[in-house]
Order: sequence, then C-alpha cells, then structure tokens
Amino acid sequence: MAELKFTEEHEWVRVEGTTATVGISDFAQEQLGDVVFIELPDVGKALKKGDEGAVVESVKAASEVFSPVNGEITEVNEALNDEPGLVNSDPMGNGWFFKITIADAADLDGMMDEAAYKAFAEG
Amino acid sequence: MSNTKPDTNDAPLKQTPLAALHQELGARMVPFTGYNMPVQYQGIIAEHTHTRTQAGLFDVSHMGQAILHGPDIEKALETLVPGDIAGLAEGRVRYTLLTNDAGGVLDDLMVTRHEDHLFLIVNAACKDADFAHISAQLGKAYTLEIKADLALLALQGPAAVTVLSRLAPEAAQMSFMSAQTLVLGGIECDVTRSGYTGEDGFEISVSASRVERLARRLLDEPEVAPIGLGARDSLRLEAGLCLYGSDIDTVTTPIEAGLNWTISKRRRTEGGFPGADIILQQLAEGPQRKRVGLKPEGKAPARAHTEITDSAGKKIGEVTSGGFGPSVGGPVAMGYVETAHAKPGTPVNFQVRGKALPGEVVALPFVPHQYFK
Repeated sequence: MAELKFTEEHEWVRVEGTTATVGISDFAQEQLGDVVFIELPDVGKALKKGDEGAVVESVKAASEVFSPVNGEITEVNEALNDEPGLVNSDPMGNGWFFKITIADAADLDGMMDEAAYKAFAEG
Repeated sequence: MSNTKPDTNDAPLKQTPLAALHQELGARMVPFTGYNMPVQYQGIIAEHTHTRTQAGLFDVSHMGQAILHGPDIEKALETLVPGDIAGLAEGRVRYTLLTNDAGGVLDDLMVTRHEDHLFLIVNAACKDADFAHISAQLGKAYTLEIKADLALLALQGPAAVTVLSRLAPEAAQMSFMSAQTLVLGGIECDVTRSGYTGEDGFEISVSASRVERLARRLLDEPEVAPIGLGARDSLRLEAGLCLYGSDIDTVTTPIEAGLNWTISKRRRTEGGFPGADIILQQLAEGPQRKRVGLKPEGKAPARAHTEITDSAGKKIGEVTSGGFGPSVGGPVAMGYVETAHAKPGTPVNFQVRGKALPGEVVALPFVPHQYFK
C-alpha cells in the first residue's frame, strides 16, 4: 500500500515498495504561483538525499526540488514538458515530478505524515 | 523545495494606504523596497492577460512623488538630467534620468510641467536618495516638497480609457504623455496618460486619504481587476521597458541602455548634465555594450544575471531581466551584450544551470506598444 509522506521543503513522497514518487505540495504550488517550466532529471541519474532533483520555474522565480532519498531516477513525468500548469492544477496527482528508487528506507525516517505536514505548512 | 518562504528583514515594512483593500482582495503580499506590496491576486498570468485585454488597476503608492519649485526651475532640473525640461510644455510629461558624473543612472523618473512647478515621480527604492540628491545639488533657492500624503494608482490596458472616461469624459481626449486634473468619482486627481505596461493607460496621483474610495470606485467597473507587482514586471518586460536596479543602474549609461531618445538635440549640443562628457562621447562613437532583447529558444527562462555567451562559448554579456512572457507564451529577457553581438538575429547562448541554452538577440519590445496616438 502506498504511503504518503512530506518533507519540510514542501515536497510530497509517495512510497510504493522500493520506489518513491516525488512532487510538491498544494501549499508549495500556491506559494510559487503559475508554473511555466520544469527541468526534469535524466532517467538513470543517481541522486543523493538533498541533491537537486528538478527545477520548477514559476513566472517569478526558479526553485529547486530536492531528492528525498538516495537512489536512481526511474521515470520522469514527461507530461510536464507540454503542460507545466499540471503542477498548479493537480500538484498531488498528475503534477508529479519524478520516480526514484529508495536505496535505504531509513532515508524516509523523520518525514511528516499528512496531518503533521498540514500543521507545519499552516504554522 | 527552495524559495518557498518570503524574504525576511528586520526593518518593519511600510504599508501603502491600500493595505486593507489588498488584504480584502486576497492579495499575496511580499516585501518590496521596504513596503509590504501585493505581488498577485488571482495569479500573475491571469492578471497579465487581463491587463493586455481589459484594464488592470495597480497600487504604485510606494513610488516617490514630489513638487519642485524655484527660479527658472526647468533649467535648474536640466543640470541633473539629460532630458529636455525647458522644452516641456505645461501639462506635458517626460521620462528622463538622473545621471551621475560617470554617466551612470541614479534613477529614472517622470517629470510633469505645471504652471509654477515641476512634479516628479521617482522609484520607491531610490526616492530617499533622489530627493536628498536633488535638494543638495540645487541648493537653498529651490524647494523640494515631498508629497508623502499622495498615493499613486495606475489604470492600464485597452479598456482603461473607456473606464476612466465613464468617470470623467475629458480623459478620452488626453494625449499620450499629457497631464490633467480630473475629478473622478468626486475626488480631485492629477492624471497623466502614461504607464509601465506598453498599453494605453493612466497614472492617477490622489490624496492618500481618498485613494481607497477611488480604487473601490474603479474596481466596481466591470473591466477592471486588481493587478500585482508580478504582472507589472512581466508586462513591462514584454514592453521592453527598463527596471531601475536591474536594467539600468549607476554603472550603465543611457546610451548603453538604448535610451538615446531621452536626450534631445539641444541637450546633445549643449550638454550641461552630470556625466555629459562620457554620455555624449558614447553617443558619437557608439557604446561598447548595448541593452538588447533576448529570446531563449526553448521553454526555460533565462533569469537576471544569467551569463550570455557566443557560439564559441566566450562570455559576451549578461541578462538583466528575464522570465516568462504570458502574452509571448514563452521566455523573454533583456540584457547587455558587447556591441558586436547586439544586432537582432545574432545567435547567443544562455548559461542556465550548467547548460548552454540557445537563443537570439531580438528587437524590443516583445509586444507592440499600444500607446494612444
């Protein structure tokens, strides 16, 4: 069963087995405003936890999306190339960024569940 | 994710007289040049498009407004700016620059000629320094009356004239860069037909105590929506207009910036403004670098401070403003390049996150000006 976690950098991580799907929270997309471009990582790229995984460009600014775990990129959301606004309209669903293998499940320790994240974002 | 938190600063932020209205309208507020300002309401792209197609209302009350009096005031101001102020007829507005002795730009400003004084509008970030500079340079014979009791609204877009002439029919007859006192909804205002979006429109100087009433009156008109600083920036960038502190500053000259048109024939002949020797020499010989329009080929924006290289990878300049142009539907930028590379059509590369993104030099503006003729 998928497990949804959040980071303090306003990313969500959906854990299914040894794969994590990564996106940004509804709070984050709202803070960014209209998203106009996303630079996605190359499939096969090895990332360490905290490395830049993607770059999301809004009208105003560029922001980095960090990898939540050590692992290797297995898939990226190509739909964002044609429709970057999916990050605004469906941040928790079709607006996902990339999938990455989870080399060590301990990397997920300390992430927030949905209720804890909601309290964090509103705080 | 980075950049999700606004910048914080220890100094308390100043408010414009419309702070309560912005909050009521659901604005996202951000610190900007010491003020708490609305960056967006419904979203930058929607607000940008609304301004290009209907009419947008901007609160620009953070800008500095002042009245300058004294003997032979036009000639006095001409000692500080390269613009033709003596040739400015009463009721006319001119865009000019405060220059320094190195030919750099201290600020850009709007000057309106009134019967017995000049009215100045300067940038928020520069206003304290500008006013101190003008007072110090002109000396005791001149009075600079800082109008902190005035707010400033901009009503911009193709429907701006329709809206404003509903409140005051004379608005429709105003020519571009003219000034007139109009009574709008019972409130006396100093209005100019000018703006910072490339669209037809007006700037309205009004008492701080009455600006909220006027803003609400204008927002009641069906064509009008409130517009934040985010869209103000994308609109002016598409219109090829300079942002002080980004595209022009103390180390760029008016000639490098392509603002030659702000220096009249008489001022070119007579000089007599700070940095005239350098500015007039550049005018005669051509500058080493020029401000140009820049179009990245793909979808990735090239932001301010992005390095520009030629096909061989040599650095030829830097982006000074860049982002997404909603009317263009893609990235747009401006910046400085060496003069040899300044011709429209010249291929360039933008060094973005370690990659060379292709693009080219293009003519400005990106979106044709729609000023009232």
